[in-house]
Amino acid sequence: MYEAVIGLEVHVQLSTDSKIFSGSSTNFGAEPNTQASLIDLGMPGVLPVPNAKAFEMAVKFGLAIDAEIGRESIFDRKNYFYPDLPKGYQISQFEKPIVGPGRVTISLEDGTSKTINVTRAHLEEDAGKSVHDAFDGMTGVDLNRAGTPLLEIVSEPELRSAKEAVAYLKVIHSIIRYLDISDGNMAEGSMRCDCNVSIRPKGSDTLGTRTEIKNVNSFRFVEKAINTEINRQIEILEDGGRVIQETRLYDPDKDETRSMRSKEEANDYRYFPDPDLLPVVLDDSFISACRDALPELPEARKARYISEYGITDYDAGVLVADRDVADYFAEVANTSGEGKLAANWVMGSVLAELNQTGGTITDFAVTAKQLSDLIGRIKDNTLNSKTAKTVFEALLASEGEVDAIIESKGLVQVTDTGAIEAIVDEVIAENPDQVANYRAAPEEKQGKMLGFFVGQVMKKSQGKANPQAVNQILSSKLSG
Amino acid sequence: MSQITDLSFSELKKALGDRTLSSVDITNAFLDRIETLNPTLNAFITITHDEAMQAAKEADAAISNGTATAYTGLPIAHKDLFCTDGTLTTCGSKILSNFVAPYDAHVVSQCKNAGLVSLGKLNMDEFAMGSSNENSYYGPVKNPWDTTRVPGGSSGGSAAAVAAQLTPLATATDTGGSIRQPAAFTGTSGLKPTYGRVSRFGMIAYASSLDQGGLIAHTAEDVAHGLGLIAGHDSRDSTSANQPVPDYTETLNDSLKGKVIGIPKQFFDDRLDSRMRHAMDDVLEVFKSLGATTIEVSLDHVAEAIPAYYVIAPAEASANLSRFDGVRFGYRADSPADLMDLYERSRGEGFGSEVKRRILIGTYALSEGYYDAYYKKAQQIRRLIRDDFNRALSSCDLLFGPTTPSTAFVLGEKTADPVAMYLEDIYTVATNMAGLPGGSFQAPLIDGLPTGYQLTGRAFGESMILNAAHQVQLATDWHTLRPEGV
Amino acid sequence: MSLTSDDVKRVAKLARLGLTEAETTETLAQLNSILELVDQMQQIDTHGVAPLAHPLELKQTLRADAVTETDQREKFQAIAPQADAGLYLVPRVVE
Repeated sequence: MYEAVIGLEVHVQLSTDSKIFSGSSTNFGAEPNTQASLIDLGMPGVLPVPNAKAFEMAVKFGLAIDAEIGRESIFDRKNYFYPDLPKGYQISQFEKPIVGPGRVTISLEDGTSKTINVTRAHLEEDAGKSVHDAFDGMTGVDLNRAGTPLLEIVSEPELRSAKEAVAYLKVIHSIIRYLDISDGNMAEGSMRCDCNVSIRPKGSDTLGTRTEIKNVNSFRFVEKAINTEINRQIEILEDGGRVIQETRLYDPDKDETRSMRSKEEANDYRYFPDPDLLPVVLDDSFISACRDALPELPEARKARYISEYGITDYDAGVLVADRDVADYFAEVANTSGEGKLAANWVMGSVLAELNQTGGTITDFAVTAKQLSDLIGRIKDNTLNSKTAKTVFEALLASEGEVDAIIESKGLVQVTDTGAIEAIVDEVIAENPDQVANYRAAPEEKQGKMLGFFVGQVMKKSQGKANPQAVNQILSSKLSG
Repeated sequence: MSQITDLSFSELKKALGDRTLSSVDITNAFLDRIETLNPTLNAFITITHDEAMQAAKEADAAISNGTATAYTGLPIAHKDLFCTDGTLTTCGSKILSNFVAPYDAHVVSQCKNAGLVSLGKLNMDEFAMGSSNENSYYGPVKNPWDTTRVPGGSSGGSAAAVAAQLTPLATATDTGGSIRQPAAFTGTSGLKPTYGRVSRFGMIAYASSLDQGGLIAHTAEDVAHGLGLIAGHDSRDSTSANQPVPDYTETLNDSLKGKVIGIPKQFFDDRLDSRMRHAMDDVLEVFKSLGATTIEVSLDHVAEAIPAYYVIAPAEASANLSRFDGVRFGYRADSPADLMDLYERSRGEGFGSEVKRRILIGTYALSEGYYDAYYKKAQQIRRLIRDDFNRALSSCDLLFGPTTPSTAFVLGEKTADPVAMYLEDIYTVATNMAGLPGGSFQAPLIDGLPTGYQLTGRAFGESMILNAAHQVQLATDWHTLRPEGV
Repeated sequence: MSLTSDDVKRVAKLARLGLTEAETTETLAQLNSILELVDQMQQIDTHGVAPLAHPLELKQTLRADAVTETDQREKFQAIAPQADAGLYLVPRVVE
């Protein structure tokens, strides 16, 4: 009945050493206002001087999304008053941004791909932070963050579901991580997402009224926020009402969006070219230097993994999506020499755990080296798939290194045929009826029935017996 | 025997060099005179007596132990929109009446590094908006030639201080005529350099694309000395030009033979007062006697410079002044009820009426629906004006004209109607739009009051302007006249 | 183009300038007079003329990415109207 129309504005904090218009440090977590220079404070008489690296990073992003690069870009003033905006205007780019139209490809759940066009990306300065609860009736303003370079990436409103939006966001995240132009850490605020959401009758080509959900700070919340907003808007329309254009905030505790600012305060930003800055003109050598410095991007890395490690297209796609995950996988694969096993473990156990806890691989309890050790012990038959899982759980709980865990839990796989034979004999002796049934059954049915005995042997060996050996010994003893 | 304070900057430089005077002698003399006359003239907002005496002592020590520069120990005073570290910097405004600047402007540190002794901070129209220095929170400045009259603005304090011999050299700024017009009203020499010639870092902004720092002194030679100290590239100012700084004193004595002076016909139409025309003709006669020739040129769009200026300057100012919000520095209203109240009252109470008018006009001109008709249109006219000047200056070396429509008007005469005040800038504003250098130099008195003639040059052509003015000053004595009774 | 009192109030709000009723009235007349001056611009044909932002049409020089500033919080906050625990204080903002 209705279709959702979604566009995302992603603000990426660029990981330059100094701010976009001043020589202050951009380090996270410093004491309030200790990284706020005269320029960052908007003192009378100071002037901005743009950071070359911010431009390099923006251009690299533009090249990575096949975009037109703004060879001459202009900085504009965006005027409004807020305590965390010291000059009373933000230096941004309006009509002539550094990056023009480009595109990215997202993978949908049904396995197909979709191209999402990026309208533009521009450079601007970040505002400071407000601390609302620290003081009695007062808000505290910290301008350390004021002046940090931001790249604002605007998508066309071509996303049609919360899942597509998250897929797009993950691709953007992947690119900025690959380019190493940002930490891309949503929880810390180095990547922020504003979601523009509207709905319209299916088949219509006019746009409905949209709302903007600001500053949603995780992939999960982006999905939830968009979904609740879509539902909210549908309900309004079905009740015969109209959606009001406004800014909203997502409340994760209540899983709903709420109105942020009343719209009678609609902002007239009065954009005009900043007269303290001149047009930034980038020549061919600047652009080609950026192009030469581009790292291997996700698509290329994926192709290489398929050929190098013999993994599937789907697996490779999952593994390269996040640069840190790809790096982790590569380390495991290379150290263990087992590409396919590494892929299975990373995609299976590692990512599953991360998805559940919402953590990141850089903080993950199991290091690449440890996982590689684990795979090594599977390869040399010390562990079987069951005991390997036990070791993995122990690694997750930071119980120590692989070999130490194997030893302390006595998990060494029993491969000694003598020992297995002894257990098999026990099981056969304890289950005379099943043995009789087995021996009497036709060959086709025996395979299934063997499973019972295998289970018993595994139980008696606390899972440590080598399954192949167990099968072999059981079959021969049962038939004999 | 003339007093120390009768001496020009160049003469004092010589006296220090000859060791006939010490910096302490000089500094004392000017400080005494400031103490005597400033209560009447109100040219200074802050007199940095102790710092000046300390700097003078250090200057004398440097001179005697041979570590001095050519300018060590000479006095200067700064227009109060140049940030001076540790000293009150008010911009003539209540909103900065408690602002002790935490850093030095580039111009200020250049002067400090050269060993100049700063006497204090000079009164001005609030945030450089005005043409009479009647818009200052600290009260109007009086013209030393007639204390019932204005000294001009916005650098009224700078001009009056030099004219009354309270300082031999003063820094000033010019956005639409704020150096040249007060120089004309006070019988001094003033220069607005090419846009980008002098760094704007630390020069509290009014209209960023028009503001330029410059100097007022008694003679072109004085200005030439001062310009060499404050001009030059500063990487902290993105609009600062990367052009080498010549020795402006070296070419002062070049001959004017064969130089072509362009006379824009729009400046000499029926609107020009006949006595002003007569004074201008006297100056032109001198140029001709020095070997220069004149041609008529046209600046087709110069009449639109005023309306365009009164869009661009307020628009840029409206954004530049947004930082004055009572949050991090400056005046904050008492017991604000909430954030909106903090902003509205701090700014409502802290800014004077002219500043508020320009902020409102500027905000309006940039607002939704009006940008194209106002701001964009003004910038288009700006290009036409700039091209007019370049075209005219391709057929002559300098443009010549009056600086002001008349001599200094009486205090209060033009305060009722802002537009009447704006029209005072009619001969000066276009130069700022074109970004070119312009100077005003002494012309014959009219009814005992000073007048000025204006020279406009090509981009970075300050040498030619100062050379021409200096040659006229060698051949005349208008620049030697001083107000009586002060 | 003539302004109304409401226009003045709206613009004053955008600029965060607190004007009294008397100021609003007085300013209205003055602003209209200024706009009359400014409207003279409309007499000039600027068709096809590119706006000129900076008279000398130079290009921006970019700065190398280096940390050059140090912590001067104490000095800078010495002139703050109200600061505590290193933060600038304003009346509580409700989002």
